[in-house]
Amino acid sequence: MLFDQYQPENFFDEMFTRDQGVRPQYRAVCDALNSVSADDYRSRNSAVEAAFMRGGVTFTVYSDDKGTERIFPFDCVPRVISAEEWDVVEKGLIQRLTALNLFLHDIYHDQKIIKDRVIPPQYLLSAKHFRREFMHFEVPKNVYVHICGSDLIRDHDGRYLVLEDNLRCPSGSSYMLENRSALKRTFPELFQAAGVRPVDNYPTELLKVLQYCAPAKFRGDNAPNAVVLTPGVFNSAYFEHAFLARQMGIPIVEGRDLLVRDYKVFMRTTAGLVQVDVIYRRIDDDFLDPSVFRADSLLGVPGLVNAYRAGNVSLANSIGTGVADDKVVYYFVPKMIKYYLGEEPILPNVDTYLASEPQDYTFILENLNKLVVKSANEAGGYGMLMGPWAAKEEIETFRKMIEENPRNFIAQHPISLSRHPTWCDDHFEGRHIDLRPYILCGEKTVVTPGGLTRVALRKGSLVVNSSQGGGSKDTWVLKD
Amino acid sequence: MPPHSNAREEVARHKQANVMLARVAGSLYWMSRYLERAENQARLIDVNLQLLLDFGEVSDEQLKAHWLPIVRSSGDEEQFLKLYDVADSESVTEFMTFRLENPNSLASCIANARENARQVRDQISSEMWEVLNDAHHFIQGENAKKIWHEGASAFYDQIKRYSHLFQGITVSTFSRSEGFEFIQFGKYLERADQMTRLLDIKYHILLPTAADVGGAVDTAQWHAVLRSASAVEAYRRYYVADVYYKKVVEFLLFDDCFPRTMRFCGEEMAHFIDLITSAAPETDEKAPAIERFMAFLDKLSTLDVEDIFNQGLHEFLDMAQVEIGNIGGHMYSTYMYFPPIDMQAEIRFQQQQEQQQQ
Repeated sequence: MLFDQYQPENFFDEMFTRDQGVRPQYRAVCDALNSVSADDYRSRNSAVEAAFMRGGVTFTVYSDDKGTERIFPFDCVPRVISAEEWDVVEKGLIQRLTALNLFLHDIYHDQKIIKDRVIPPQYLLSAKHFRREFMHFEVPKNVYVHICGSDLIRDHDGRYLVLEDNLRCPSGSSYMLENRSALKRTFPELFQAAGVRPVDNYPTELLKVLQYCAPAKFRGDNAPNAVVLTPGVFNSAYFEHAFLARQMGIPIVEGRDLLVRDYKVFMRTTAGLVQVDVIYRRIDDDFLDPSVFRADSLLGVPGLVNAYRAGNVSLANSIGTGVADDKVVYYFVPKMIKYYLGEEPILPNVDTYLASEPQDYTFILENLNKLVVKSANEAGGYGMLMGPWAAKEEIETFRKMIEENPRNFIAQHPISLSRHPTWCDDHFEGRHIDLRPYILCGEKTVVTPGGLTRVALRKGSLVVNSSQGGGSKDTWVLKD
Repeated sequence: MPPHSNAREEVARHKQANVMLARVAGSLYWMSRYLERAENQARLIDVNLQLLLDFGEVSDEQLKAHWLPIVRSSGDEEQFLKLYDVADSESVTEFMTFRLENPNSLASCIANARENARQVRDQISSEMWEVLNDAHHFIQGENAKKIWHEGASAFYDQIKRYSHLFQGITVSTFSRSEGFEFIQFGKYLERADQMTRLLDIKYHILLPTAADVGGAVDTAQWHAVLRSASAVEAYRRYYVADVYYKKVVEFLLFDDCFPRTMRFCGEEMAHFIDLITSAAPETDEKAPAIERFMAFLDKLSTLDVEDIFNQGLHEFLDMAQVEIGNIGGHMYSTYMYFPPIDMQAEIRFQQQQEQQQQ
């Protein structure tokens, strides 16, 4: 039996309780897997990975200018969430995104949250991605964040905590969809006993959001013309851009396919110029328009911001959401929920220390070897110090960086992330996981059941990112 | 003459479909052209390798005389001579099959087809991509050279099989409203062009005397031309067993039923040109380049093989190449190509526009 030797050890395990009992939501999966031999499991898992490679379900890792296509390693045991647990998570995420959109609207307009002294002004004014040029700009339907990927973890007691909100260009939804397809093909018997909520309506919901947020000026008879704007085939996430475009049935374009004339955006097609109304842009603000932001960007479209300002095109996500992507601003999200909604946060933050606050500053510098330190604006698990595991030199490097620029750093106690049985060569071992659900904000705020579960494949590692050796699992939310 | 659905009906379908980026149309076109080029190369090399077997012992001079015209026909002689001292079966076929320095080698053509496909991964079905990807990894892999040494015919058969599989998958899984016409136009254009080169090879093989015309060697070489085009059986249905050079040329240029002849390819090209132009109403359907191509097609249905040989086969083939190149250039620059913008000028222009907006 596959799980006979499995040890949860001293961590919250998703599948097993402390006394080796199977959690009820995993009953069906466990029974189905117990009739599979190790050889069979191994060959099915390999078959999935080979299929991913052949089909190009990959991302590209760039080092030394050469790109290597890698698959996101996939583990066949699904991560299962009970309907009751999910209900809380879903409500918590909807609450959080509602507050975040209100926050973004507020700080780009009247800034009441600052005037009421809920957030000290210097944090916003010094935020790397705060776009002053867009103060008092009206975004269509007042939606700033259309798509968000919030990273959740579970602590030692199994409590869900929000680790961070990714609301510039969150990625991974394509893997969520491909993982589900792959598992259905490889292990159909797992699905037969359980009742799993489908995820394949994600592209439909995404398209609804894009069309809902068409500019106020849009007056066409047909649906608004939406496109996916990608940096191109050489971008590490290109597979996802193309995949989502295809699933939604909308064109995928690069900067060079677009032209701005008369403050309107056009595609260069075989039939001449065709106007674009909504752009799902997978290019960061900085690279979007070389006439306004970085002039060296070859990925963007000169004049795109002009067209956006003129109200002739919508951007998803809107320009300027990066201020809420800042790990220092993250600290204030529970306060935002209380301020805008008058509610207690359903999903708590991880307890965080701000290096720019005097008492936290001292505490952080005295405990660098015990804390996780993060820079305010890095992604992909970079710019991070894992104190208890770091070498002395690394700790000293971070000390200097914090002393030079305290505004740029936060710290947290290392969380004992939950673990999940994960296949390691020839048997199951526990590996740390997180969860990235995808939240879509349009006419309604919708959370796709589950999301992407990422696994830190190296033994003991807490870093789940694909670029640093992470893998993923299919994520299930049970129907009842 | 194989029937097509009414072009008007197809236009109505096109109008409802998604718009097509010019850049994407261009990539589909080149993907198709490079693969067709690869298939034709494979046929050519395979047949000519087998032809040599008929001759038994062949001297070095004979080998050179056999192979150089083939290299010459795709314009690669200079490159070949840079890389190799000797023109024999091994060096020429290696050059035409594996060398990436040769832009027309099988390996180069397949790599280019695949690269164009990769640029438009989202437009083609996953099966189409997988075939090109497999073909590329096959020819780049270590196993390929081994197979080639052990049995060249099996190797070239595999290449042809990839091309046929790709074409079959395309016809079966590619929506007619998403750029199918660009793929087909590219394929038939390349095929027509390759036919001029195939026929022209015979021109370059100089026969010592007029008395050799119609002799065993001559006949065998024309037979090889037919085999390169997979046209032996079709030819025989018309002309029985008589492989007579004028009839071979007549068949491969003018027959309107066999899918590899110049006339057949030209008529397919005309059909797809019609679809492409109808979907873009602003462009001039009566563009001079298109009128000129139609006039050329007209010639193909009215000219006689005697006229060709009076004018000179090589001269006719040269003229045909020019016509094919011309229509290809016109279609590409009109529908599949926008000149790259001058980024700095565009940035300045947009910044001025921004000033006006304030």
